[in-house]
Amino acid sequence: MEKHTSYLRVSACPHIHTSDSTTRIMLNVIIALMPALVASVLLYGVRSLIVVATTVAACVLFEYLWCRFRHFNNTVGDCSAIVTGLLLAYNLPSTIPLYMAVVGAFVSIIVVKELFGGIGRNFANPAIVGRIVLAVSFSSAMTNFTYPTPLIACDAITSATPLASGGAGIPLLDLFLGTHGGVLGETCALALLLGLVWLLVTHTIEITIPLVYVGTVAVLSAVFGQNVLGEVLSGGLLLGAIFMATDYTTSPFTRKGKIIFALGCGVITCLIRFWGNMNEGVSYSILLMNLFVPFINEHTRNVPMGGGKAKK
Amino acid sequence: MIRFSSLWKAASGINVPHNKDTARLETVKLPLPEIIILTMSQHVGAPCEPVVKRGDQVYVGSLVGKAPSSMSMNVYSSVSGKVKSVEHLMYKAGRAELAVLITPDGEQTPDPSIEPPVVTDRATFLEAMERSGIVGLGGAGFPTDLKIQPKNLAEIDTLLINGAECEPYLTTDNREMLECTDTIIEGVQACLKYLGIPHAQICIEDNKPMAIAKMQAAIADIPEIEVTMLESRYPQGAQNVLIKNATGRIVARGARHTSVGVIMLNVTTVSSIGKFLRTGMPLVDKRLTVAGDAVAHPQNVEVPIGTPIQNVLDFCGLKEDPKKVVIGGPMMGNAQMDVNYPITRQNNGLLAFTDANSKNLAVRPCIRCGRCVNACPAGLSPVDIRNAYKVFDAERLDALMADLCIGCGTCSYVCPAHRPLTQTTTLAKSFLKTQKRREKS
Repeated sequence: MEKHTSYLRVSACPHIHTSDSTTRIMLNVIIALMPALVASVLLYGVRSLIVVATTVAACVLFEYLWCRFRHFNNTVGDCSAIVTGLLLAYNLPSTIPLYMAVVGAFVSIIVVKELFGGIGRNFANPAIVGRIVLAVSFSSAMTNFTYPTPLIACDAITSATPLASGGAGIPLLDLFLGTHGGVLGETCALALLLGLVWLLVTHTIEITIPLVYVGTVAVLSAVFGQNVLGEVLSGGLLLGAIFMATDYTTSPFTRKGKIIFALGCGVITCLIRFWGNMNEGVSYSILLMNLFVPFINEHTRNVPMGGGKAKK
Repeated sequence: MIRFSSLWKAASGINVPHNKDTARLETVKLPLPEIIILTMSQHVGAPCEPVVKRGDQVYVGSLVGKAPSSMSMNVYSSVSGKVKSVEHLMYKAGRAELAVLITPDGEQTPDPSIEPPVVTDRATFLEAMERSGIVGLGGAGFPTDLKIQPKNLAEIDTLLINGAECEPYLTTDNREMLECTDTIIEGVQACLKYLGIPHAQICIEDNKPMAIAKMQAAIADIPEIEVTMLESRYPQGAQNVLIKNATGRIVARGARHTSVGVIMLNVTTVSSIGKFLRTGMPLVDKRLTVAGDAVAHPQNVEVPIGTPIQNVLDFCGLKEDPKKVVIGGPMMGNAQMDVNYPITRQNNGLLAFTDANSKNLAVRPCIRCGRCVNACPAGLSPVDIRNAYKVFDAERLDALMADLCIGCGTCSYVCPAHRPLTQTTTLAKSFLKTQKRREKS
């Protein structure tokens, strides 16, 4: 009998795996964020590209250094730091001094992510906490918005953020295209929606959270007599609902849990927007709901087949 | 494309690539090997006791190993020839198992005592089944004679015939339905008649249109048998999943599937019953799907039980040295350590993968994406079970019902971080069992 094999690999089943991987998921998110990057360069000029490059480079560097000096396996290859860097930059105005952007990256990667155990262990979305820390620390620099360059014809006279006037001062088309003042990545609804389509087509996320989140805000805006489309299209709602609230680590597992989570995000956003003393409520609402995720997970767990109440 | 149903329907299970290229190929009979190795453990229960010794002449269908209890099933010779030796061999999972080695004489003379069983009622039917050598051929290896006589036989109203064959690559049940339609129907009818079950459902995944058409034509004028078409979604053929999807009944935690009035048999098992009732020849041959990217001519082969894996691989040809050889399907099969292991009667697939296709993927940290939770067909939370097992928290494992895991491999398959979740859940399950037993005593 001819012997064909020198040795055989033995492993537990299954012996086939999905072609998906952590890296591929992160790359899909990065691809989905690209339209917004293009939009920000068109709207706010090359300076926005510099901000993005700074935060991405800082995030990757901080993660690399952390792994290096803590003698952990290098996790830079999974590209999650790039996603964090992009999302953080999208939350900053293009005029931000670069050292502030680096501080934000430090908070996001080292404080929020690595101190809690690295990828998959952070209790809150790193980019959101980065943004909040910067907004609290450098409030004037964080609201120093530039206005779209004349590359796209637009009405350049706007208030500090459209939300200050409930989105009322700006034509809806400008809100949709993002041709108004604001932070880098959140103004152009069109670009964000393109990203959403990519995330759905690649099965990276389910539509549950964005749909319920935006839906809740829309319904509450209508109920309380606000400008519905203005509320939905302005501020960080779309960026938050599509890219931040859907972060795997800080959102619930099951569909039921996701619906509760997104409802909570929507309600808190509206509470802050309508009655709070801040214009912008998206990042706080997501941060607050992030804290509830373990609790939501515990109470929305699937009932195992045969583990429910006896029925025949 | 976006599957709109997947946006709304909380879907359990997964779509796996089928790779069922062998579905259209006629089964080919394997030439006799130089040696037949009959292990005494080709079922779930205690090993059989050999009733032959070195130098004995055996025939096709001769009794070789006698079942010590009802949880075991007799082993019969698949060839005529001389017993070479009776010895302990290193087998699956490093266990030493008693085996009877037979040198075939090439005559394939049937045992003179073989004749069709005389079956007139339930008692004679069950008695005949004890001599059939048939076990659950879907891979479980549960003795069929025991399976068809549950304590609550009177309450059983449905006989489910499992032709789902949800494992990728495997097409043996498909070929059985196409090539042995008659014996399947005969087997089903015998079970219905002698066990007093009013109704049978033959369940087939919708990726086997030929088999569905053939079976539908065969049962056209048999009102008590129906063909149920099921969505092709792994693990459709898992016992509790199939029962739920075919009948809507849910087997309660800790209960047997007979508690919901169902007996389930694999389609090849029931066909073997039909063949046995016709001829009286116990189960001695088995159809196998030989596939995988290292195999030159993937096909279905009929092999004498006890043929070494190497012979089957040689017959089908190898493109290159396989780095992984799996018995069974790719989702639940066992990777083999040695190609000299024999094929046992409950095996239904033999897969050989190349180096490139069998690499152990690097395990990365969990990103809590929840895909394992949403895909688990048993509705479990593999990620939480893993965390509870890591700290040996038996109470939490009990609350998470880790014991309901069916071991289908779905969670490991979908994990983007390539974590071995099925393995940890299986470990958690046995840990929980031990803890519970300890608490009792």
